[in-house]
Amino acid sequence: MSLKLGVPSKGRLMEKTFDWFARAGVHLSRSGSDREYAGTVSGIDGMSLVLLSAGEIPRELAAGRIHLGVTGTDLIHEKLPRWDRQVEPLAELRFGEADLILAVPQFWVDVQTLDDLDAVCAAFRRRHGHRLRIATKYHRLVREFLRQAGVSDYALVDSQGATEGTVANETAEAVADITSTGETLRANHLKILDDGLILRSQATLWQSRVSQFDAAGRAALDDLNSRLLARA
Amino acid sequence: MPTRAQSLAEAARLRAFFERAGATPVETPILQPAETLLDLYGEDIRARAYVTSDALRGEQMLRPDFTVPVVQMHMASGADPARYTYAGEVFRRQEQDEARANEFLQVGYEVFDRASPAAADAEVFALMAEALGRLRLRAATGDIGILMAAVRGLDTTDARKAALMRHIWRPRRFRALLDRFAGRAAMPAGRAGLLADPSPVPPGVPQIGKRGADEIEARIAALRADAAAAPISAPEMNGLDALLQVSEKLPLALQRLGDVAVDLPSITPALHRFEQRIAALSQRGIDVDSLDFEASYGRTSMEYYDGFVFGFYAEGRPDLPPVATGGRYDALTRQLGRGDAIPAVGGVLRPGLMLDLAEDAA
Repeated sequence: MSLKLGVPSKGRLMEKTFDWFARAGVHLSRSGSDREYAGTVSGIDGMSLVLLSAGEIPRELAAGRIHLGVTGTDLIHEKLPRWDRQVEPLAELRFGEADLILAVPQFWVDVQTLDDLDAVCAAFRRRHGHRLRIATKYHRLVREFLRQAGVSDYALVDSQGATEGTVANETAEAVADITSTGETLRANHLKILDDGLILRSQATLWQSRVSQFDAAGRAALDDLNSRLLARA
Repeated sequence: MPTRAQSLAEAARLRAFFERAGATPVETPILQPAETLLDLYGEDIRARAYVTSDALRGEQMLRPDFTVPVVQMHMASGADPARYTYAGEVFRRQEQDEARANEFLQVGYEVFDRASPAAADAEVFALMAEALGRLRLRAATGDIGILMAAVRGLDTTDARKAALMRHIWRPRRFRALLDRFAGRAAMPAGRAGLLADPSPVPPGVPQIGKRGADEIEARIAALRADAAAAPISAPEMNGLDALLQVSEKLPLALQRLGDVAVDLPSITPALHRFEQRIAALSQRGIDVDSLDFEASYGRTSMEYYDGFVFGFYAEGRPDLPPVATGGRYDALTRQLGRGDAIPAVGGVLRPGLMLDLAEDAA
């Protein structure tokens, strides 16, 4: 057994993660063809690479099947209700920065804050006979955020992609989604509420609090930690 | 820890006790249509109840409590008056504390009776106290109806009263609204500009979504009317603050609330009901001089109660949930009764916890 590191299996997140580790002298690469989800590690002893979907990394960390994993704060907080007991952040990777925010149509000039949204929820339900729909894939985070703000009479509807389009398509009245520049929101004629920031997220290296280490794995972790410390 | 068999036997014993008190035993399905519960509690229920689904019936919830299905059953076909008892599992999703049970037994007693609400309140409380027997528990009581009467009687606009009533179970939001309506909180930035602007929707902003321009105009008109309305007066605000702080033994609480009624005369009928309840409890042998009353009790966790509320807590075990809870839910019968309504009050016990505490004491 060795120190198992889970990394998103595709796209910019994988490439940037590889670059980030390379700067610490740890060279990660995908073995074989582009279609094969196996990886190799060089430059450090006792570490192995597991390529996974970014969304599965929180679960694997919480189960202790991987020792380390790179994924966004958003996914950790959404999928692990008690994340601080299950995982520990080792380093922020300074990329993949994005905010989980709550947005409504720009056209709603009467809505700037969560207070306004709550009042509109009540009126909307009276008028239309159903609760005001908020499209999101971050159900737990959004629900908890709105509960603490005391917003009621809304319904969360699941949207796993193209969330910003749901308002124009009339399958939702508002959205809660990840944004980095806000450009997609603007293009879809949406605006962020003044107090609508739910979570700031970035790619982060996490350590599982429940995984078991053997001597080789522990040595690899110590080695990695001292390299990160030297770099900081 | 009691075994499951012991808990089931205790539940059966308690249900038999309520049957002897005059209740008809009833059963309800474990799978409940999610829509009813979501309409009632909002999305927050998803954090507390397990949701499952199939392609034909859509979303279903594992019964998070018995009250809703029992009320539905009664409103559809019940006798009048009626008393029911039940025993069975309820399911509560746990996300914060894994020590809390996600499946446990409840035994309940519910009274649907128009004759005397005060007597029915006392009947439920006294039966619960008797069923709990010699366990060392602290009882807490309250009355959401007094606060509701105070809000309904405020000398302010109907829109403000409706907004406050909607958040009566969310103390923080309730307080924020109250401060705004009393002129204690500043108007949000940009609001004055919006209200002064004769055509606030800038040109070139596409109208997307189901919420129409007429709805936005209606809201702006409502905001203008609210800005023009006089703030809630200082005596009324002081009355509400004093009301929410009342925490005394029953007779003294009644006296304090009597003082509050000078500023908030609209609570007087609710105080008569409170007085009648104290007399009815006393008649049932409850020592009202040592029973606690908190005016704010039941505002955070008991979302459908709108009158008398109570809970029994294990002394010295703040880690445990209440062993018994209950209250009056007249408005719920109207919501679930499709135009029909009947005064209703009930309570539930947790036989597993009762055995647990009895073992501790032994």
